[in-house]
Amino acid sequence: MNVDWSTFWPRIVEATGETLIMVVATLIFGSIIGITIGLLVYVTRENNILENKIVFQILNVIINIIRPVPFIIFLVAISPLTRMVVGTSIGTAAAIFPMTIVASFTVARVVENNLVSIDPGVIEAAQAMGASPLRIIFTVLIPEALGPLVLGLTFVSISLIDFSAVAGTVGGGGLGHIAMTYGYQRFDTSVMVVTVIILIVLVQLAQWLGNTLSRKIMRR
Amino acid sequence: MIEFKDVSKTFTLGKREVHAVKNVSLTINKGEIFGIIGFSGAGKSTLLRLVNMLERPSSGSVLIQDIDVSKLSAKDLRTRRRNIGMIFQNFNLFNSRTVAGNIAYPLKLAGASKKEINARVTELLNFVGLAEKAKDYPDQLSGGQKQRVGIARALATSPDILICDEATSALDPETTADILKLLKKVNKDLGITILLITHEMHVIQSICDKVAVMEDGEVIESGNVFETFTDPQHTTTQRFIRSVQQDLPSETILKEWHASGGGTLYRVIFKGEITNNPVLSTVTRKHDVDFNIVYGSVRELQERLFGNLIVSFIGEQKQIDIVRNELKTLVDIEEVIVNER
Repeated sequence: MNVDWSTFWPRIVEATGETLIMVVATLIFGSIIGITIGLLVYVTRENNILENKIVFQILNVIINIIRPVPFIIFLVAISPLTRMVVGTSIGTAAAIFPMTIVASFTVARVVENNLVSIDPGVIEAAQAMGASPLRIIFTVLIPEALGPLVLGLTFVSISLIDFSAVAGTVGGGGLGHIAMTYGYQRFDTSVMVVTVIILIVLVQLAQWLGNTLSRKIMRR
Repeated sequence: MIEFKDVSKTFTLGKREVHAVKNVSLTINKGEIFGIIGFSGAGKSTLLRLVNMLERPSSGSVLIQDIDVSKLSAKDLRTRRRNIGMIFQNFNLFNSRTVAGNIAYPLKLAGASKKEINARVTELLNFVGLAEKAKDYPDQLSGGQKQRVGIARALATSPDILICDEATSALDPETTADILKLLKKVNKDLGITILLITHEMHVIQSICDKVAVMEDGEVIESGNVFETFTDPQHTTTQRFIRSVQQDLPSETILKEWHASGGGTLYRVIFKGEITNNPVLSTVTRKHDVDFNIVYGSVRELQERLFGNLIVSFIGEQKQIDIVRNELKTLVDIEEVIVNER
Protein backbone atom coordinates (compact mmCIF):
# COMPACT_ATOMS: atom_id res chain seq x y z
CA MET A 1 0.00 0.00 0.00
CA ASN A 2 3.02 2.29 -0.29
CA VAL A 3 2.46 5.61 -2.03
CA ASP A 4 4.41 6.66 -5.07
CA TRP A 5 6.64 9.36 -3.53
CA SER A 6 7.48 11.01 -6.87
CA THR A 7 3.84 12.01 -7.30
CA PHE A 8 3.20 12.32 -3.58
CA TRP A 9 5.79 14.99 -2.72
CA PRO A 10 3.98 17.72 -4.68
CA ARG A 11 0.84 16.89 -2.65
CA ILE A 12 2.80 17.19 0.60
CA VAL A 13 4.20 20.54 -0.50
CA GLU A 14 0.71 21.68 -1.46
CA ALA A 15 -0.70 20.50 1.86
CA THR A 16 2.08 22.29 3.78
CA GLY A 17 1.16 25.43 1.86
CA GLU A 18 -2.49 24.99 2.83
CA THR A 19 -1.56 24.55 6.47
CA LEU A 20 0.59 27.67 6.36
CA ILE A 21 -2.20 29.67 4.72
CA MET A 22 -4.69 28.50 7.37
CA VAL A 23 -2.33 29.33 10.22
CA VAL A 24 -1.08 32.66 8.91
CA ALA A 25 -4.52 33.90 7.80
CA THR A 26 -6.04 32.87 11.13
CA LEU A 27 -3.19 34.47 13.02
CA ILE A 28 -3.65 37.76 11.17
CA PHE A 29 -7.46 37.89 11.52
CA GLY A 30 -7.40 36.39 14.99
CA SER A 31 -4.77 38.87 16.20
CA ILE A 32 -6.64 41.89 14.87
CA ILE A 33 -9.92 40.81 16.44
CA GLY A 34 -8.31 39.27 19.53
CA ILE A 35 -6.08 42.24 20.38
CA THR A 36 -9.09 44.53 20.04
CA ILE A 37 -11.25 42.37 22.30
CA GLY A 38 -8.39 41.85 24.77
CA LEU A 39 -7.77 45.59 25.02
CA LEU A 40 -11.49 46.20 25.48
CA VAL A 41 -11.79 43.63 28.23
CA TYR A 42 -8.77 45.15 29.96
CA VAL A 43 -9.70 48.83 29.77
CA THR A 44 -13.34 48.22 30.79
CA ARG A 45 -12.29 46.37 33.95
CA GLU A 46 -13.18 47.85 37.30
CA ASN A 47 -11.09 50.94 38.12
CA ASN A 48 -9.48 50.94 34.70
CA ILE A 49 -9.24 53.81 32.24
CA LEU A 50 -12.57 53.12 30.49
CA GLU A 51 -14.38 51.20 33.22
CA ASN A 52 -17.64 49.77 31.89
CA LYS A 53 -19.21 46.87 33.75
CA ILE A 54 -21.64 45.86 30.98
CA VAL A 55 -19.09 45.69 28.16
CA PHE A 56 -16.64 43.89 30.43
CA GLN A 57 -19.16 41.29 31.58
CA ILE A 58 -20.46 40.57 28.06
CA LEU A 59 -16.98 40.09 26.61
CA ASN A 60 -15.83 38.09 29.59
CA VAL A 61 -18.78 35.70 29.30
CA ILE A 62 -18.29 35.21 25.55
CA ILE A 63 -14.61 34.44 26.04
CA ASN A 64 -15.43 31.99 28.79
CA ILE A 65 -18.09 30.25 26.67
CA ILE A 66 -16.00 29.81 23.56
CA ARG A 67 -12.60 28.96 25.02
CA PRO A 68 -13.38 25.72 26.87
CA VAL A 69 -15.23 24.08 23.96
CA PRO A 70 -12.95 21.46 22.34
CA PHE A 71 -12.01 22.69 18.90
CA ILE A 72 -13.28 19.67 16.97
CA ILE A 73 -16.72 20.03 18.54
CA PHE A 74 -16.75 23.78 17.98
CA LEU A 75 -15.77 23.21 14.35
CA VAL A 76 -18.69 20.90 13.72
CA ALA A 77 -21.12 22.89 15.86
CA ILE A 78 -20.70 26.13 13.96
CA SER A 79 -20.49 24.54 10.48
CA PRO A 80 -23.95 25.92 9.52
CA LEU A 81 -22.67 29.41 10.33
CA THR A 82 -19.48 28.68 8.41
CA ARG A 83 -21.54 27.66 5.40
CA MET A 84 -23.49 30.91 5.67
CA VAL A 85 -20.43 33.10 5.89
CA VAL A 86 -17.91 31.34 3.65
CA GLY A 87 -20.36 29.55 1.35
CA THR A 88 -18.99 26.10 2.10
CA SER A 89 -17.96 24.14 5.13
CA ILE A 90 -15.25 22.17 3.34
CA GLY A 91 -11.75 23.29 2.38
CA THR A 92 -9.05 25.63 3.55
CA ALA A 93 -11.15 28.82 3.45
CA ALA A 94 -13.91 27.11 5.41
CA ALA A 95 -11.40 26.05 8.07
CA ILE A 96 -10.10 29.59 8.51
CA PHE A 97 -13.49 30.85 9.77
CA PRO A 98 -13.90 28.69 12.90
CA MET A 99 -10.16 28.86 13.55
CA THR A 100 -10.32 32.66 13.50
CA ILE A 101 -13.15 32.71 16.00
CA VAL A 102 -11.36 30.44 18.44
CA ALA A 103 -8.05 32.22 17.88
CA SER A 104 -9.64 35.63 18.50
CA PHE A 105 -10.88 34.70 21.93
CA THR A 106 -7.68 32.90 22.85
CA VAL A 107 -5.66 35.92 21.74
CA ALA A 108 -8.06 38.18 23.67
CA ARG A 109 -7.33 36.29 26.89
CA VAL A 110 -3.58 36.25 26.22
CA VAL A 111 -3.63 40.00 25.53
CA GLU A 112 -5.68 40.71 28.65
CA ASN A 113 -3.36 38.60 30.82
CA ASN A 114 -0.31 40.43 29.51
CA LEU A 115 -1.90 43.81 30.05
CA VAL A 116 -2.86 42.95 33.61
CA SER A 117 0.82 42.46 34.39
CA ILE A 118 1.60 46.08 33.45
CA ASP A 119 2.28 48.15 36.56
CA PRO A 120 -0.86 50.30 37.11
CA GLY A 121 1.50 53.03 38.28
CA VAL A 122 2.77 53.45 34.73
CA ILE A 123 -0.77 54.05 33.50
CA GLU A 124 -1.34 56.46 36.37
CA ALA A 125 1.81 58.33 35.36
CA ALA A 126 0.54 58.69 31.79
CA GLN A 127 -2.83 59.92 33.09
CA ALA A 128 -1.08 62.42 35.33
CA MET A 129 0.74 63.73 32.26
CA GLY A 130 -2.58 64.37 30.57
CA ALA A 131 -2.78 61.38 28.21
CA SER A 132 -6.25 60.45 26.93
CA PRO A 133 -7.48 56.84 27.29
CA LEU A 134 -6.98 56.14 23.57
CA ARG A 135 -3.51 57.61 23.75
CA ILE A 136 -2.72 55.42 26.75
CA ILE A 137 -3.83 52.31 24.85
CA PHE A 138 -1.59 52.98 21.86
CA THR A 139 1.41 54.65 23.46
CA VAL A 140 1.57 52.93 26.84
CA LEU A 141 -0.36 49.67 27.04
CA ILE A 142 0.66 48.14 23.71
CA PRO A 143 4.36 49.13 23.78
CA GLU A 144 4.74 48.13 27.45
CA ALA A 145 3.18 44.69 26.89
CA LEU A 146 4.60 44.02 23.43
CA GLY A 147 7.42 41.64 24.40
CA PRO A 148 5.28 39.15 26.35
CA LEU A 149 2.49 39.71 23.84
CA VAL A 150 4.65 38.39 21.01
CA LEU A 151 5.44 35.29 23.11
CA GLY A 152 1.72 34.87 23.74
CA LEU A 153 0.95 35.14 20.03
CA THR A 154 3.68 32.57 19.34
CA PHE A 155 1.97 30.23 21.73
CA VAL A 156 -1.35 30.83 19.97
CA SER A 157 0.14 30.27 16.51
CA ILE A 158 1.52 26.92 17.65
CA SER A 159 -1.89 25.83 18.84
CA LEU A 160 -3.21 27.03 15.48
CA ILE A 161 -0.94 24.51 13.74
CA ASP A 162 -2.62 21.96 15.96
CA PHE A 163 -6.08 23.35 15.12
CA SER A 164 -5.31 23.31 11.39
CA ALA A 165 -4.56 19.60 11.62
CA VAL A 166 -7.87 19.04 13.40
CA ALA A 167 -9.67 21.08 10.75
CA GLY A 168 -7.91 18.95 8.13
CA THR A 169 -9.53 15.79 9.41
CA VAL A 170 -12.99 17.15 8.70
CA GLY A 171 -12.27 18.38 5.21
CA GLY A 172 -10.14 21.39 5.91
CA GLY A 173 -7.22 20.30 3.75
CA GLY A 174 -3.61 20.76 4.72
CA LEU A 175 -1.23 18.39 6.47
CA GLY A 176 -3.91 17.14 8.84
CA HIS A 177 -5.96 15.95 5.92
CA ILE A 178 -3.01 14.07 4.37
CA ALA A 179 -2.04 12.49 7.67
CA MET A 180 -5.63 11.39 8.20
CA THR A 181 -6.41 9.99 4.74
CA TYR A 182 -3.06 8.43 3.91
CA GLY A 183 -1.45 7.84 7.23
CA TYR A 184 -4.40 6.80 9.33
CA GLN A 185 -7.02 5.40 6.99
CA ARG A 186 -4.54 3.67 4.67
CA PHE A 187 -2.12 2.64 7.43
CA ASP A 188 0.83 4.23 5.65
CA THR A 189 3.31 4.90 8.43
CA SER A 190 5.83 6.66 6.19
CA VAL A 191 3.31 9.35 5.24
CA MET A 192 2.42 9.77 8.87
CA VAL A 193 6.10 10.16 9.81
CA VAL A 194 6.72 12.73 7.08
CA THR A 195 3.72 14.88 8.08
CA VAL A 196 4.63 14.68 11.73
CA ILE A 197 8.21 15.77 10.95
CA ILE A 198 6.93 18.70 8.89
CA LEU A 199 4.58 19.72 11.70
CA ILE A 200 7.41 19.55 14.23
CA VAL A 201 9.60 21.71 11.99
CA LEU A 202 6.78 24.25 11.60
CA VAL A 203 6.28 24.43 15.35
CA GLN A 204 10.01 24.84 15.96
CA LEU A 205 10.22 27.60 13.37
CA ALA A 206 7.27 29.47 14.86
CA GLN A 207 8.73 29.22 18.36
CA TRP A 208 12.15 30.36 17.19
CA LEU A 209 10.67 33.31 15.33
CA GLY A 210 8.56 34.31 18.32
CA ASN A 211 11.45 34.01 20.76
CA THR A 212 13.77 36.04 18.56
CA LEU A 213 11.21 38.76 18.02
CA SER A 214 10.22 39.09 21.67
CA ARG A 215 13.86 39.08 22.75
CA LYS A 216 14.51 41.95 20.36
CA ILE A 217 11.58 43.88 21.76
CA MET A 218 12.50 43.22 25.38
CA ARG A 219 16.24 43.77 24.69
CA ARG A 220 17.29 40.73 26.71
CA MET B 1 -1.78 78.08 44.37
CA ILE B 2 -3.42 74.91 45.66
CA GLU B 3 -6.39 75.13 47.95
CA PHE B 4 -8.23 72.23 49.54
CA LYS B 5 -11.64 73.42 50.71
CA ASP B 6 -13.31 71.06 53.14
CA VAL B 7 -12.42 68.10 50.93
CA SER B 8 -13.55 64.56 51.72
CA LYS B 9 -13.04 61.34 49.82
CA THR B 10 -14.91 58.16 50.61
CA PHE B 11 -14.26 54.83 48.95
CA THR B 12 -16.67 51.96 48.98
CA LEU B 13 -14.89 48.66 49.40
CA GLY B 14 -17.54 46.01 49.06
CA LYS B 15 -20.08 47.00 51.69
CA ARG B 16 -17.60 48.94 53.78
CA GLU B 17 -17.14 52.67 53.47
CA VAL B 18 -13.60 53.95 53.87
CA HIS B 19 -13.17 57.63 54.66
CA ALA B 20 -9.74 58.18 53.17
CA VAL B 21 -9.83 61.97 53.46
CA LYS B 22 -12.05 63.79 55.93
CA ASN B 23 -12.87 67.51 55.73
CA VAL B 24 -9.40 68.67 54.82
CA SER B 25 -8.79 72.36 54.31
CA LEU B 26 -5.26 73.43 53.41
CA THR B 27 -3.66 76.20 51.42
CA ILE B 28 -0.38 75.74 49.64
CA ASN B 29 1.15 79.04 48.57
CA LYS B 30 3.11 79.70 45.43
CA GLY B 31 6.80 78.84 45.72
CA GLU B 32 6.45 76.74 48.86
CA ILE B 33 7.66 73.24 49.52
CA PHE B 34 4.74 71.82 51.42
CA GLY B 35 5.07 68.41 53.06
CA ILE B 36 2.26 66.17 54.21
CA ILE B 37 3.40 63.54 56.66
CA GLY B 38 1.49 60.59 58.02
CA PHE B 39 1.75 56.88 58.69
CA SER B 40 0.60 54.55 55.92
CA GLY B 41 -3.17 54.59 55.55
CA ALA B 42 -3.45 58.16 56.84
CA GLY B 43 -4.96 59.27 53.54
CA LYS B 44 -2.08 61.40 52.33
CA SER B 45 -1.72 59.54 49.04
CA THR B 46 -5.41 60.06 48.27
CA LEU B 47 -5.14 63.73 49.20
CA LEU B 48 -2.22 64.15 46.81
CA ARG B 49 -4.16 62.53 43.97
CA LEU B 50 -7.01 64.98 44.47
CA VAL B 51 -4.70 67.71 43.19
CA ASN B 52 -4.59 66.32 39.65
CA MET B 53 -7.94 64.53 39.90
CA LEU B 54 -6.51 61.04 39.74
CA GLU B 55 -9.02 60.77 42.57
CA ARG B 56 -12.19 62.82 42.58
CA PRO B 57 -13.44 64.40 45.80
CA SER B 58 -16.66 63.05 47.31
CA SER B 59 -17.35 66.52 48.68
CA GLY B 60 -15.58 69.85 48.92
CA SER B 61 -13.42 71.35 46.23
CA VAL B 62 -9.81 71.58 45.14
CA LEU B 63 -8.75 74.88 43.65
CA ILE B 64 -5.60 75.30 41.61
CA GLN B 65 -4.80 78.89 40.72
CA ASP B 66 -8.41 79.63 41.75
CA ILE B 67 -9.88 77.10 39.32
CA ASP B 68 -11.98 74.26 40.71
CA VAL B 69 -10.30 71.29 39.02
CA SER B 70 -13.11 68.90 39.88
CA LYS B 71 -15.39 70.88 37.59
CA LEU B 72 -13.13 70.77 34.52
CA SER B 73 -14.16 68.78 31.44
CA ALA B 74 -12.07 65.69 30.62
CA LYS B 75 -10.24 67.60 27.91
CA ASP B 76 -9.57 70.69 30.01
CA LEU B 77 -8.41 68.47 32.85
CA ARG B 78 -5.85 66.78 30.56
CA THR B 79 -4.51 70.19 29.56
CA ARG B 80 -4.45 71.29 33.22
CA ARG B 81 -2.56 68.13 34.20
CA ARG B 82 0.34 69.19 31.95
CA ASN B 83 0.77 72.03 34.38
CA ILE B 84 1.12 69.65 37.34
CA GLY B 85 4.17 67.39 37.26
CA MET B 86 4.02 64.21 39.31
CA ILE B 87 6.71 61.84 40.56
CA PHE B 88 6.22 58.50 42.25
CA GLN B 89 7.72 56.20 44.85
CA ASN B 90 8.24 53.47 42.23
CA PHE B 91 9.22 55.97 39.53
CA ASN B 92 6.64 54.57 37.06
CA LEU B 93 8.90 55.00 34.05
CA PHE B 94 7.96 53.48 30.69
CA ASN B 95 10.21 50.44 30.38
CA SER B 96 9.64 50.28 26.63
CA ARG B 97 11.11 53.74 26.18
CA THR B 98 14.63 55.07 26.62
CA VAL B 99 15.45 57.75 29.18
CA ALA B 100 15.12 60.38 26.45
CA GLY B 101 11.90 58.73 25.26
CA ASN B 102 10.42 58.91 28.74
CA ILE B 103 11.19 62.61 29.04
CA ALA B 104 9.90 63.25 25.53
CA TYR B 105 6.55 61.53 26.21
CA PRO B 106 4.72 64.43 27.94
CA LEU B 107 6.09 66.81 25.30
CA LYS B 108 4.65 64.63 22.55
CA LEU B 109 1.31 64.67 24.37
CA ALA B 110 1.48 68.45 24.44
CA GLY B 111 2.08 68.44 20.68
CA ALA B 112 5.61 69.87 20.68
CA SER B 113 7.66 69.68 17.49
CA LYS B 114 10.53 67.23 17.14
CA LYS B 115 13.04 70.05 17.34
CA GLU B 116 11.49 71.49 20.49
CA ILE B 117 11.36 68.04 22.06
CA ASN B 118 15.03 67.31 21.37
CA ALA B 119 16.14 70.66 22.77
CA ARG B 120 13.99 70.33 25.89
CA VAL B 121 15.07 66.72 26.54
CA THR B 122 18.75 67.69 26.34
CA GLU B 123 18.16 70.64 28.64
CA LEU B 124 16.34 68.48 31.22
CA LEU B 125 18.91 65.69 31.07
CA ASN B 126 21.57 68.26 31.91
CA PHE B 127 19.43 69.72 34.68
CA VAL B 128 19.10 66.35 36.43
CA GLY B 129 22.68 65.33 35.60
CA LEU B 130 21.95 62.35 33.35
CA ALA B 131 23.16 63.67 29.99
CA GLU B 132 25.12 60.51 29.18
CA LYS B 133 22.20 58.18 29.94
CA ALA B 134 19.84 59.48 27.23
CA LYS B 135 19.83 56.24 25.25
CA ASP B 136 19.68 53.86 28.23
CA TYR B 137 16.53 52.02 29.22
CA PRO B 138 15.06 52.38 32.74
CA ASP B 139 16.07 48.83 33.73
CA GLN B 140 19.71 49.81 33.22
CA LEU B 141 19.49 52.60 35.81
CA SER B 142 19.85 52.72 39.60
CA GLY B 143 16.93 53.84 41.78
CA GLY B 144 18.30 57.35 42.18
CA GLN B 145 18.86 57.69 38.44
CA LYS B 146 15.33 56.46 37.76
CA GLN B 147 13.91 59.13 40.06
CA ARG B 148 16.00 61.75 38.28
CA VAL B 149 14.42 60.64 35.01
CA GLY B 150 11.02 60.80 36.75
CA ILE B 151 11.74 64.36 37.83
CA ALA B 152 12.95 65.36 34.36
CA ARG B 153 9.83 63.82 32.83
CA ALA B 154 7.59 65.62 35.32
CA LEU B 155 9.28 68.94 34.53
CA ALA B 156 9.21 68.50 30.75
CA THR B 157 6.11 70.60 30.13
CA SER B 158 7.36 73.35 32.51
CA PRO B 159 4.68 72.89 35.17
CA ASP B 160 4.01 75.36 37.99
CA ILE B 161 3.39 72.58 40.48
CA LEU B 162 5.25 69.37 41.23
CA ILE B 163 3.53 66.73 43.35
CA CYS B 164 5.67 63.99 44.86
CA ASP B 165 4.21 60.69 46.02
CA GLU B 166 6.74 59.27 48.53
CA ALA B 167 9.43 60.15 46.00
CA THR B 168 12.33 59.06 48.19
CA SER B 169 10.81 56.16 50.10
CA ALA B 170 12.30 53.51 47.82
CA LEU B 171 15.80 55.00 47.96
CA ASP B 172 18.75 54.56 50.29
CA PRO B 173 19.65 57.47 52.61
CA GLU B 174 22.45 58.82 50.44
CA THR B 175 20.37 58.77 47.26
CA THR B 176 17.47 60.27 49.19
CA ALA B 177 19.67 63.21 50.14
CA ASP B 178 20.66 63.70 46.46
CA ILE B 179 17.06 63.62 45.28
CA LEU B 180 15.97 66.01 48.03
CA LYS B 181 18.74 68.38 46.97
CA LEU B 182 17.47 68.16 43.41
CA LEU B 183 13.90 68.90 44.54
CA LYS B 184 15.16 71.91 46.44
CA LYS B 185 16.90 73.05 43.27
CA VAL B 186 13.66 72.59 41.30
CA ASN B 187 11.92 74.79 43.85
CA LYS B 188 14.59 77.47 44.14
CA ASP B 189 15.85 77.72 40.55
CA LEU B 190 12.61 77.10 38.67
CA GLY B 191 10.22 78.55 41.23
CA ILE B 192 8.04 75.45 41.14
CA THR B 193 5.64 74.92 44.03
CA ILE B 194 6.15 71.45 45.50
CA LEU B 195 3.59 69.40 47.38
CA LEU B 196 5.02 66.16 48.71
CA ILE B 197 3.81 63.35 50.88
CA THR B 198 6.09 61.20 52.99
CA HIS B 199 6.21 59.09 56.11
CA GLU B 200 9.80 60.14 56.77
CA MET B 201 10.24 63.11 59.07
CA HIS B 202 13.74 63.83 57.81
CA VAL B 203 12.30 64.62 54.36
CA ILE B 204 10.13 67.29 55.96
CA GLN B 205 13.02 68.46 58.09
CA SER B 206 15.46 68.81 55.20
CA ILE B 207 13.43 70.55 52.51
CA CYS B 208 9.94 71.60 53.54
CA ASP B 209 8.80 75.10 54.49
CA LYS B 210 5.38 74.01 55.70
CA VAL B 211 4.09 70.76 57.02
CA ALA B 212 0.71 69.14 57.61
CA VAL B 213 0.39 66.03 59.74
CA MET B 214 -2.33 63.60 58.71
CA GLU B 215 -3.99 60.85 60.69
CA ASP B 216 -7.11 58.85 59.83
CA GLY B 217 -7.87 61.05 56.85
CA GLU B 218 -7.68 64.29 58.83
CA VAL B 219 -5.09 67.02 59.06
CA ILE B 220 -4.35 67.10 62.78
CA GLU B 221 -1.67 69.76 62.75
CA SER B 222 -0.18 72.09 60.19
CA GLY B 223 2.05 75.12 60.00
CA ASN B 224 5.63 76.20 59.53
CA VAL B 225 8.11 73.36 59.86
CA PHE B 226 10.14 75.20 62.51
CA GLU B 227 7.17 75.92 64.77
CA THR B 228 5.69 72.48 64.31
CA PHE B 229 9.01 70.82 65.05
CA THR B 230 9.86 72.87 68.07
CA ASP B 231 6.40 72.91 69.58
CA PRO B 232 4.43 69.86 68.41
CA GLN B 233 0.86 69.83 69.75
CA HIS B 234 -0.32 66.39 68.80
CA THR B 235 1.12 63.08 70.03
CA THR B 236 1.40 61.77 66.45
CA THR B 237 3.45 64.81 65.52
CA GLN B 238 5.64 64.20 68.57
CA ARG B 239 6.16 60.62 67.45
CA PHE B 240 7.28 61.76 64.01
CA ILE B 241 9.68 64.24 65.52
CA ARG B 242 11.16 61.62 67.82
CA SER B 243 11.85 59.51 64.72
CA VAL B 244 14.44 62.04 63.59
CA GLN B 245 15.62 63.49 66.87
CA GLN B 246 15.55 61.67 70.09
CA ASP B 247 14.76 64.45 72.55
CA LEU B 248 15.24 62.35 75.70
CA PRO B 249 17.81 59.80 76.81
CA SER B 250 16.52 56.24 76.90
CA GLU B 251 14.45 55.04 79.82
CA THR B 252 17.32 52.85 81.02
CA ILE B 253 19.59 55.85 81.30
CA LEU B 254 16.88 57.90 83.03
CA LYS B 255 16.24 55.15 85.57
CA GLU B 256 19.94 54.76 86.24
CA TRP B 257 20.20 58.50 86.69
CA HIS B 258 17.55 58.53 89.37
CA ALA B 259 18.78 55.30 90.97
CA SER B 260 22.22 56.83 91.40
CA GLY B 261 20.70 59.79 93.21
CA GLY B 262 20.65 62.24 90.33
CA GLY B 263 18.39 65.23 90.88
CA THR B 264 15.35 66.38 88.97
CA LEU B 265 15.92 66.74 85.22
CA TYR B 266 14.63 69.65 83.19
CA ARG B 267 14.16 70.00 79.48
CA VAL B 268 15.28 73.40 78.24
CA ILE B 269 14.30 74.39 74.72
CA PHE B 270 16.03 77.19 72.84
CA LYS B 271 14.63 78.52 69.59
CA GLY B 272 16.35 80.78 67.11
CA GLU B 273 18.24 83.87 68.34
CA ILE B 274 18.37 82.87 71.99
CA THR B 275 20.84 80.07 71.15
CA ASN B 276 23.47 82.79 70.63
CA ASN B 277 23.34 83.84 74.29
CA PRO B 278 24.90 82.04 77.24
CA VAL B 279 21.48 81.93 78.95
CA LEU B 280 22.06 78.92 81.18
CA SER B 281 25.38 79.98 82.57
CA THR B 282 24.34 83.65 83.07
CA VAL B 283 21.24 82.79 85.05
CA THR B 284 22.76 79.99 87.12
CA ARG B 285 25.89 81.95 87.99
CA LYS B 286 23.78 84.88 89.21
CA HIS B 287 22.00 82.65 91.73
CA ASP B 288 24.96 80.49 92.67
CA VAL B 289 23.62 77.31 91.11
CA ASP B 290 25.56 74.83 88.97
CA PHE B 291 24.08 73.08 86.00
CA ASN B 292 24.90 69.78 84.40
CA ILE B 293 23.96 68.96 80.81
CA VAL B 294 22.96 65.32 80.86
CA TYR B 295 21.77 65.02 77.32
CA GLY B 296 20.83 67.16 74.36
CA SER B 297 21.42 68.62 70.97
CA VAL B 298 21.41 71.85 69.04
CA ARG B 299 20.40 71.49 65.42
CA GLU B 300 19.62 73.56 62.40
CA LEU B 301 16.08 73.61 61.13
CA GLN B 302 14.82 75.85 58.37
CA GLU B 303 18.03 77.87 58.70
CA ARG B 304 17.34 78.54 62.38
CA LEU B 305 18.91 76.90 65.42
CA PHE B 306 16.92 74.74 67.74
CA GLY B 307 18.36 73.46 71.00
CA ASN B 308 16.93 70.79 73.24
CA LEU B 309 18.94 70.20 76.41
CA ILE B 310 18.25 67.96 79.39
CA VAL B 311 19.91 69.51 82.46
CA SER B 312 19.99 69.11 86.19
CA PHE B 313 20.67 71.90 88.64
CA ILE B 314 22.91 71.58 91.65
CA GLY B 315 22.50 74.00 94.54
CA GLU B 316 20.00 75.03 97.19
CA GLN B 317 16.42 74.16 96.28
CA LYS B 318 15.27 77.75 96.89
CA GLN B 319 17.91 79.04 94.49
CA ILE B 320 17.06 76.40 91.93
CA ASP B 321 13.43 77.50 91.99
CA ILE B 322 14.50 81.10 91.35
CA VAL B 323 16.68 79.93 88.44
CA ARG B 324 13.76 77.97 86.99
CA ASN B 325 11.43 80.95 87.18
CA GLU B 326 13.96 83.27 85.63
CA LEU B 327 14.72 80.83 82.82
CA LYS B 328 11.02 80.50 82.12
CA THR B 329 10.97 84.09 80.95
CA LEU B 330 13.71 83.41 78.42
CA VAL B 331 13.29 79.85 77.16
CA ASP B 332 10.89 76.91 77.43
CA ILE B 333 11.64 74.81 80.47
CA GLU B 334 9.77 71.83 81.84
CA GLU B 335 10.43 69.05 84.30
CA VAL B 336 11.29 65.68 82.78
CA ILE B 337 9.00 63.06 84.18
CA VAL B 338 10.38 59.54 83.94
CA ASN B 339 8.11 57.09 82.13
CA GLU B 340 7.02 60.04 80.11
CA ARG B 341 6.96 57.74 77.12
